[in-house]
Amino acid sequence: MTYAIEAEGLVKTFGTTRALDGVDLRARQGTVLGLLGPNGAGKTTAVRVLATLLRADGGTARVGGYDVATQPGRVRRLIGLTGQYASVDEDLSGTQNLMLIGSLLDLRRRDARARAAELLDWFDLTAAADRPAKTYSGGMRRRLDLAAGLVGRPAIVFLDEPTTGLDPAKRDDMWGVVRRLVADGATVLLTTQYLEEADALADEITVIDHGRVIAHDTPVGLKRVVGGRTLEVQPADPGRLGEVAGILRGIAGSEPDPIRRGVLAVPVRDDDALPESVARLAAAGIAVVELSLHLPSLDEVFFSLTGRRATTDETEGSAA
Amino acid sequence: MSSTTVLTPSDVPATRDDAPPRRPFALVRHSAALARRSLIKLTRTPEAFIDVTLQPVIFLLLFVYVFGGAIAGDTSDYLQYLLPGILAQTVAMTITIGVNLNSDIEKGVFDRFRSLPIARSAPLVGAVFADVVRYVTICVVTLGFGYVMGFRIHTNVFAALAGCLVAVAFALCLSWVSVWVGMKVRSSGAAQGVTILVVLPLSFGSNVFVPTDTLPEWLQGFVRINPLTQLVDTVRGLFLGGPVAGPLLWTVLWMLGLLVVFVPLALRAYARKA
Repeated sequence: MTYAIEAEGLVKTFGTTRALDGVDLRARQGTVLGLLGPNGAGKTTAVRVLATLLRADGGTARVGGYDVATQPGRVRRLIGLTGQYASVDEDLSGTQNLMLIGSLLDLRRRDARARAAELLDWFDLTAAADRPAKTYSGGMRRRLDLAAGLVGRPAIVFLDEPTTGLDPAKRDDMWGVVRRLVADGATVLLTTQYLEEADALADEITVIDHGRVIAHDTPVGLKRVVGGRTLEVQPADPGRLGEVAGILRGIAGSEPDPIRRGVLAVPVRDDDALPESVARLAAAGIAVVELSLHLPSLDEVFFSLTGRRATTDETEGSAA
Repeated sequence: MSSTTVLTPSDVPATRDDAPPRRPFALVRHSAALARRSLIKLTRTPEAFIDVTLQPVIFLLLFVYVFGGAIAGDTSDYLQYLLPGILAQTVAMTITIGVNLNSDIEKGVFDRFRSLPIARSAPLVGAVFADVVRYVTICVVTLGFGYVMGFRIHTNVFAALAGCLVAVAFALCLSWVSVWVGMKVRSSGAAQGVTILVVLPLSFGSNVFVPTDTLPEWLQGFVRINPLTQLVDTVRGLFLGGPVAGPLLWTVLWMLGLLVVFVPLALRAYARKA
């Protein structure tokens, strides 16, 4: 079996809204498939169909080689699910939450306890293991929710926006978890609103919008399509913006845009752009308060792929 | 930590049918695990016991001392008549399971259960059975407080236990109406409202407080077919002596009827929810 997740032409409608409008997805075994899209694009609906929580109105999907519609019981033995909203039981402690899942997965009590302790340790929750989950912070709940999805050592893991709302340090921890899952041989389907996250974790990225796939590529290929990275510079002295603009023009070969007050941005393709700009700014004696190289935002990705802004899609979508 | 293994398709013979349980009695074990979860939640929220402890006490005090003289002429005679009815009526009236399930689903907890290889009905069955603790509490409080007020069992301990058992079993069957309502309505507040609307006429249009033959004829018809009336007659017979077989038969028929109609309705509504 080459594909752990394989969906063809998935359709799901809610009333008059087509949440999924013929979605094809493929995730090779042992890889991370990033499902990238704005709010309301259909990411969560796709995950719910693949995790057997929702029946598609059309199309077929196989997870671990089993049909989600006709063999949901077999699919459920292979998957672990972490929802967009932490769905742990607030009245139960961390240990109780994980042991409940363990006993529902037919682990022996001793094994369920050991697995719970192991996961709590892994997710840095051992100190809070016996406190009710309602006393947890948002990040702790998210980690417990993820741990709950991993009790059965699932071969295929669905992570629905695992880092939305987490601070950068916690987000890095979550990325480490995903990498470890894959290193252990699992296949991961990860939904996200951040190209940066998909780029950091995914082997392949499927971009969806309005329930349709609008691009499928490797991170490198996708970045090539959407136009490399952006260099942003904010000089300490706003009076020297003109000089900065000259330096950036020299490096990138195109005219920089003032994206915010006192900040210039220019698209660059060359990896040397950052050290080059540091050297030239230093040589000119220009102090900077911000100097960064980053991937295009989801908004920019969508603009490149569709010529429309992702953020304005919401209103158009609900009006249609 | 190699006590568990991830099943991959190559481990499982490819068949057209869906996965059978790995060990027998899966539904029983999974429901028990989920019932344990509900019990932990109950112990974490002691206020969930307020209704089942205070309601029988308040009803006994109110009806025996305020209305007892007017209804029966004598409060201690009325206590003997009333207590089995209060026990049965409180057990039926304090079914809150639909409300709790509705808020569980709102919070997304059930999504996780639905993604696990367990029977779809296990979370519902587990929650229904966890409430046995509440019903037993009602029996203990009602009989205990009734004893202090002067109530005496006229049969024997085993008959009294049987009376409690029938009441609890009836509540377990009636719970499925509440589960169904909890699945059908949008919010837990609405579930509460609908439940009260169903339960109030059942409990007052019965023989809990007054003998059926004191009622106007048109009302007697409703009271006689009211399942609570049959349950109260059964419990009265078991506590105080008197005919049991007839009312017990009707009670059991009602219980079976409730299960046959509302278990499938509740399960179907649950499958459609979310």
